[in-house]
Amino acid sequence: MEVFMSRRILGIVFVLFFSFLMAGTVLAASPLKIGALFAVTGPASPLGEPERNTAVMMVDEINKAGGIKGQKLELIVEDTQGDATKAMQLVNKLIKNDKVAAIIGPSTTGDTMAIIPVVEKEGIPLIACAAGNKITDPVKKFVFKTAQNDVLAVTKIYKYLQSKNMKNVALITVSDGFGASGREQLKLHAGEFGMTIVSDETYGPKDDFMTAQLTKIRDSKAQAIICWGTNPGPAKVARNVKQLGIKLPVFMSHGVSSKKFIELAGDAAEGVMLPSGKVIVADQLSASDPQKKELLNYVSKYRAKYGQEGDHFGGHAYDAVMILKKAIELGGGSPAAIRDQIEKTKNFAGIGGIFNYSPQDHAGLTSDAFVLVKIEKGDWKLVK
Amino acid sequence: MDNVRQLFQYILSGLSNGAIYALIGFGFAMIYNATGIINFAQGEFVMLGGMLTVFFLAAVKLPLVPAIILAIVVSTIVGIIFERLAIRPLKNAQPLSLIIITIGASIFIRGVAMLIWGKDTHVLRDFSGNDPLYLAGATILPQNLWIFAITVLIIVASKIFFSYSIVGKAMRACSYNPQAAGLAGVNVNNMVLLSFALSSAIGALAGIIIAPLTMTAYDVGILLGLKGFCAVIIGGMSSGLGTVIGGLLLGLLESLGAGFISASYKDAIAFIILLLILFIRPEGLFRKKETERV
Repeated sequence: MEVFMSRRILGIVFVLFFSFLMAGTVLAASPLKIGALFAVTGPASPLGEPERNTAVMMVDEINKAGGIKGQKLELIVEDTQGDATKAMQLVNKLIKNDKVAAIIGPSTTGDTMAIIPVVEKEGIPLIACAAGNKITDPVKKFVFKTAQNDVLAVTKIYKYLQSKNMKNVALITVSDGFGASGREQLKLHAGEFGMTIVSDETYGPKDDFMTAQLTKIRDSKAQAIICWGTNPGPAKVARNVKQLGIKLPVFMSHGVSSKKFIELAGDAAEGVMLPSGKVIVADQLSASDPQKKELLNYVSKYRAKYGQEGDHFGGHAYDAVMILKKAIELGGGSPAAIRDQIEKTKNFAGIGGIFNYSPQDHAGLTSDAFVLVKIEKGDWKLVK
Repeated sequence: MDNVRQLFQYILSGLSNGAIYALIGFGFAMIYNATGIINFAQGEFVMLGGMLTVFFLAAVKLPLVPAIILAIVVSTIVGIIFERLAIRPLKNAQPLSLIIITIGASIFIRGVAMLIWGKDTHVLRDFSGNDPLYLAGATILPQNLWIFAITVLIIVASKIFFSYSIVGKAMRACSYNPQAAGLAGVNVNNMVLLSFALSSAIGALAGIIIAPLTMTAYDVGILLGLKGFCAVIIGGMSSGLGTVIGGLLLGLLESLGAGFISASYKDAIAFIILLLILFIRPEGLFRKKETERV
């Protein structure tokens, strides 16, 4: 019995010894693992797909150039399908099985909020590509984001209305997380800009007609309509606005800042205005814009690789990879060092805006990150 | 004045949505009246009509009219295959089992559509422009007129078919008593097959004419199917005027409810009506009470 026990212990010691040895050699030669969680399929795929494409493209590029200080990156992409439960399982897999040093994504606010407790507990830095204010408000030690906050989009629209002396606005928002967050911010900040909300309507994400709500808005005292949602709802709103012969200016959120909206809404998209990241109007920016070079660079690279326009959402992933790259360059590959270096990011002119993180601010952008664009002849036109 | 104008707009919007529900309900009634089963896959044929038309227009680059015809033909073939593979082998099963099979089929068709065409929403352009027409201060789209016209056409055609043609009469006979109809020389199997073919074709047509208004995606069939089901229940499963009035009533109540109460309750209104009808007048609003249908 005694002999048996000691043999077993000996065996365990041997196995442990060898596995340490192996781990050591593998670590030295193996690339640094970075996790990525994107909603590549499912309802949020218009966000997750360009994000995944962009992240893959950027990591390939870094590796082709010899990696970061000679160490290559390995990007492990997982598809959350926009489902918070999936996101939970996958974040645990990335941290516990793959042992990633940092994570970029997820694409939606719901997925991100679900995994925040995990990354905080495990101490793995996360650079989210979702927009919700609550991701970084209050500040969480390991959580950063590259997508512009909702409130910046709201401010952009209200400032424009104020400059045109319009005071009465009608809201029509979708009854999901994105719409509810937008509606909250729109109502919260209306007073600051002297806006009165004369009509506050909602619609379901799967509704076919919004004519009833818009009929009410048509007969209210509204001077402008603000719609907050992601495709296809806002496209139906735009069509119903035209159908009802409403001549008021229509504002959409940054949630429809992709060509899909113009395709779905057709003629009805003409004249619609929305706040968006600068990437969709990169070529119309003035030459002095500090982001212009980076934007044009991204757009042309994306087009060369995927044959499509690089958009607003892919830009979030671009910024996340670039910020991460810089942090690893400066502080090395341990999760704690990466976190500390990300927080020190200053004046990084990315796709989403100019990032300045600090211990008090993990969102890093100001309302300059958005420009107002108008849809003219089926294309984006910068409103100056 | 404003209120009158508003009311008029709600009525007009409600009627135009109601015509769509009526047309979808019509497909339900057709199969029910021939076989006594409720085909919950009806909504999926509405989806197939829209998605196939978009597919033939965009991927195959056909002009609009051939694309529509081809979409209807393909949907009809799907309906026929569905009947042959899933319904006919279980000919002697209880109607309840068959109804559950139709639910299974609807999930299957939706899944296949998702795999083939993805989850994106697609749009079909309007048949004749999308500049609104003004009617006493309210507006309506040319596409709504198409919907009204096609609904009326289908209803008149089916009325003539069921009341006057020998095949239509045979189909009705099968629903009352398949055995007796069989003895009288009607090929019951063929009649059931025909009812599935016709209702798939009507469903697909409904899906095509509304796609320019509501857009289309792999999952539009669920809600539209349920609304059509409400319409046909209100109408007492009739394949005539009952379902039309049921659909229009549903559209009207939805639109007025959304306008004067709250848009959040729009779908709730439809389903409350459905429940009320099922509780209070399960035979529908317009059908005389029958004892057992033998």
